[in-house]
Amino acid sequence: MSSTLGMFHFLSYGFIQRAYLAGSFIAALCAMLGLFLVLRKLSLIGDGLSHVSFGAIALGLFFGFYPFYVAIPVVLIASYFILKLTEKAKMYGDAAIGIVSSVGIASGVILASLSKGFNVDLFSYLFGNILAISGREVYLSIGLSLAVLLIIVVFYNDLFSTTFDQEYAKLTGVKTARVDLLLTSLTAVTVVLAIKVVGIMLVSALLILPAVTALQLAKGFRTAMVLSVLTAVISVFMGITISFFMDLPAGATIVLCNAAFFAAALLFKMVRK
Amino acid sequence: MSILSVKNMSFSYECAEVLREVSFDVQKGDYIGLAGPNGAGKTTLIKAILGLTGAYTGTVELFGRDMRSFDAWNRVGYLPQRVNVFNPLFPATVKEVVGLGLLAKKNFPKRFTKDDGVKILEKLELMGIGDLADKLVGELSGGQQQRVFLARALAPDPELLILDEPSTALDPASRDGFYDVIKELNEKKGITSILITHDTAQIGRYANKLLYLDKKVIFYGPFADFCQSPEMTGYFGTFSQHLICHQH
Repeated sequence: MSSTLGMFHFLSYGFIQRAYLAGSFIAALCAMLGLFLVLRKLSLIGDGLSHVSFGAIALGLFFGFYPFYVAIPVVLIASYFILKLTEKAKMYGDAAIGIVSSVGIASGVILASLSKGFNVDLFSYLFGNILAISGREVYLSIGLSLAVLLIIVVFYNDLFSTTFDQEYAKLTGVKTARVDLLLTSLTAVTVVLAIKVVGIMLVSALLILPAVTALQLAKGFRTAMVLSVLTAVISVFMGITISFFMDLPAGATIVLCNAAFFAAALLFKMVRK
Repeated sequence: MSILSVKNMSFSYECAEVLREVSFDVQKGDYIGLAGPNGAGKTTLIKAILGLTGAYTGTVELFGRDMRSFDAWNRVGYLPQRVNVFNPLFPATVKEVVGLGLLAKKNFPKRFTKDDGVKILEKLELMGIGDLADKLVGELSGGQQQRVFLARALAPDPELLILDEPSTALDPASRDGFYDVIKELNEKKGITSILITHDTAQIGRYANKLLYLDKKVIFYGPFADFCQSPEMTGYFGTFSQHLICHQH
């Protein structure tokens, strides 16, 4: 009895509570946006924007600013560039993502070599550490997550319509260009938030894995969204718990939990068929 | 009453002429077959009418209003070419897809009501697919999917229905059944219809007018006139014209 209670003692730690709280909000956000991105074949935008955030965080560290305050506007601008490059330069989205992404990484590397002092700080962002999230970052994450979630709920039908059939959405009066801008902007903010959970290298996993897991099982779009959010949030809880007891990196464990859910969903779908 | 009026419409895409001085009027209750060879500009014409292409010259009036300022899109139903619009892996139910047709009637924040749910089911019943409401669209047959998309086009109770090659990917029996549905909507509900097709002979069995396009208007009028037109004999040759009209 006492050993069981002892096992749950870790829940009383402030850093664990902060990790669960911020991680759940951010994961839910990634799961919802990820579904739209995967269905629009924009899965890799998360990867591209996280690479840009590498450069932006380096910029923040270089000038001594709080990195996320620099990363959010820079990544927002980068998301706008990706959209405009796709439209105006008539190139495929993956090529535009590749260009912006490589410029972001290259800028980060140059700034890191120029500074000669913050390399350790910068590289800590590559793999994130949700267990080290501060109180201020929790408030920032929850505040921004709630704002983004509210926007998704309010514009749900426009986002759904544009994702399903862009041309028809236009005909029904949906301002599809604005919806595209909204989607990429929300993704930009979400990517920056998710860096704290899993790090730059694994951000795209939080956007893609819950969505593709839900797509194996869902019997409707709303169901897919609920399943995607559930998968993501449960993975965060499992990942943080496992990482605490087994002394593993939290971000990577969260991603592997998501991957396990995907494998299970795929297996279930194959058996059901 | 003229539902649609197109005057001197020309459209080019990267220096290539797609439409040249196209003019025609569509009256209330018309059922028009829009035919022509590949690359004749049929889909471009329809997309220009619906405001889905870039700038064109000439004018388009929908329900008496210039298309550029037209915003009553709930009066127009559109069934796009299926192959261009549908990702079969998309996890949308039939109900969710048909509901999209009602968005044209919605103001911000575009929420669906119980009445909308009833309306969606009515349209599915009208299409004979009421039992498929909760199925995933990607799991349906080609013919069933076309009926879903037609139900979506009909959801806002449009006065003008535009269909872009709806019989593509349908077997002959499903195709005839689909054409019958459109004919019934035209005759019983008075929905003005424009149907793009490659099959000039087939559409003659259903439509009351033929608009034959080959970058410009080659023929516009009743199908019977088409068969008796010496100009069309000159254009198609006696044998082809006879073949088309004989099937009609």
